[in-house]
Amino acid sequence: MNFLNQNWWKWLSIGVLFYVLIAGLIGPVPRLAILNETIRVLYFHVPMWFGMIIILTASMVYAIKFLSADDPKLDHLSVELANVGVLFGVLGILTGMLWANYTWGAPWSNDPQQNAAAIGLLIYFAYFILRGSLQDEQQRARISAIYNIFAYAALIPLLFILPRLTDSLHPGSGGNPGFNAYDLDSNLRFVFYPAVVGWTLLGCWITSIRYRMRRIKETLEE
Amino acid sequence: MPLFSEIAHLIRKDISLEWRNRYAINGILLYTAASIFICYLSFQMGTAVGPIVWNALFWIIMLFTAMNAIAKSFFQESEQRHYYYYHITSPQGLIISKIGYNSLLMLILALLGYAFFSLILGNPVQDKALYFVILILSSIGFAGSLTMVSGIASRAGNNAVLMAILSFPVVLPMLLMIIKASKNAIDGLDRASSADEILVLLAINVIIITLSFLLFPYLWRS
Repeated sequence: MNFLNQNWWKWLSIGVLFYVLIAGLIGPVPRLAILNETIRVLYFHVPMWFGMIIILTASMVYAIKFLSADDPKLDHLSVELANVGVLFGVLGILTGMLWANYTWGAPWSNDPQQNAAAIGLLIYFAYFILRGSLQDEQQRARISAIYNIFAYAALIPLLFILPRLTDSLHPGSGGNPGFNAYDLDSNLRFVFYPAVVGWTLLGCWITSIRYRMRRIKETLEE
Repeated sequence: MPLFSEIAHLIRKDISLEWRNRYAINGILLYTAASIFICYLSFQMGTAVGPIVWNALFWIIMLFTAMNAIAKSFFQESEQRHYYYYHITSPQGLIISKIGYNSLLMLILALLGYAFFSLILGNPVQDKALYFVILILSSIGFAGSLTMVSGIASRAGNNAVLMAILSFPVVLPMLLMIIKASKNAIDGLDRASSADEILVLLAINVIIITLSFLLFPYLWRS
């Protein structure tokens, strides 16, 4: 928790994201057929999924911590992390659809990874509906934490195993070349990995603000 | 009481309860039969059904049958009786016995459904043994995931809509695997080609049952 109150990582996030924006939009990228300049979406699309997985994992970890410690603060953190994770997921789907529109010819091409991502979001929407339908605070926290863990376990095979068993338009599965094949000179990596870090830190920042808002609201109501 | 004898007692209790009010299981059977008949009538007396549609229809009917059959596993009994079980049994024994009982119920329903479905819409399955294995695995899988979800939904006021939205995304990865493996069985492909799917199905079952075992005590306590 101490970490959340410090400021250095917020500056780091701003700095890294500025670097990603500038280097991502004007830096050198491999010249590839079909992809052309759209390859720059890589810096904004793929980090959304990395960020989503990291943040949803954190949400699940806080759900487990809540079940063992029974502290409402942990539940608030867990739900705010899930909120931000879903935001990242929605942005990931939207940027992906934009990219797919230019490279695969349609925003939705029945790609297994796209479908899995959409189902994954459905899981978390169900989580929010479950929270909304429970009145008692204690019970809401406990039951939604249980569903959070359960849903996460269903999400992992969905995102990591199933798409690899079928042919996909995404690189890295079904005989399509992976990331490495596009990245002959490793230029993409210099922007891509910072982008993952930057977006994830931004997600943590949003979470910490929303978490504090929730705490304040809670205190005001008491 | 040791866990195994407790589970055996609870399963026996569930079976005798079911046997005393046969209307519940008869209702589910009628539900399955009626939906199969509706499919038969809507697809021009079954003439328009190819193997892919046959398979998809069968599993959609099974999914809805499972949801209806398992949704009542925690609704059926009164609040007071829950309180009574709370005092005399361990939560682990209770959830494992419910999953075991529901697997048995689902297996019976799946076999009867399969027989009736084949009778009415024909049976294109070439590798019947493999299809049978998939029926068993899917019964256990549906029972495992839906029992836990029905426990969650019953805490949130026995809402049927909630049961549906909570369970669809959790069951979907499993359903995708089942449909793919059973399509292989219909086409009579070499069994090695379905090994991946069967393995993933088995893994999902193990994960979900383990999670139910670990998480149910928290649900039970609230």
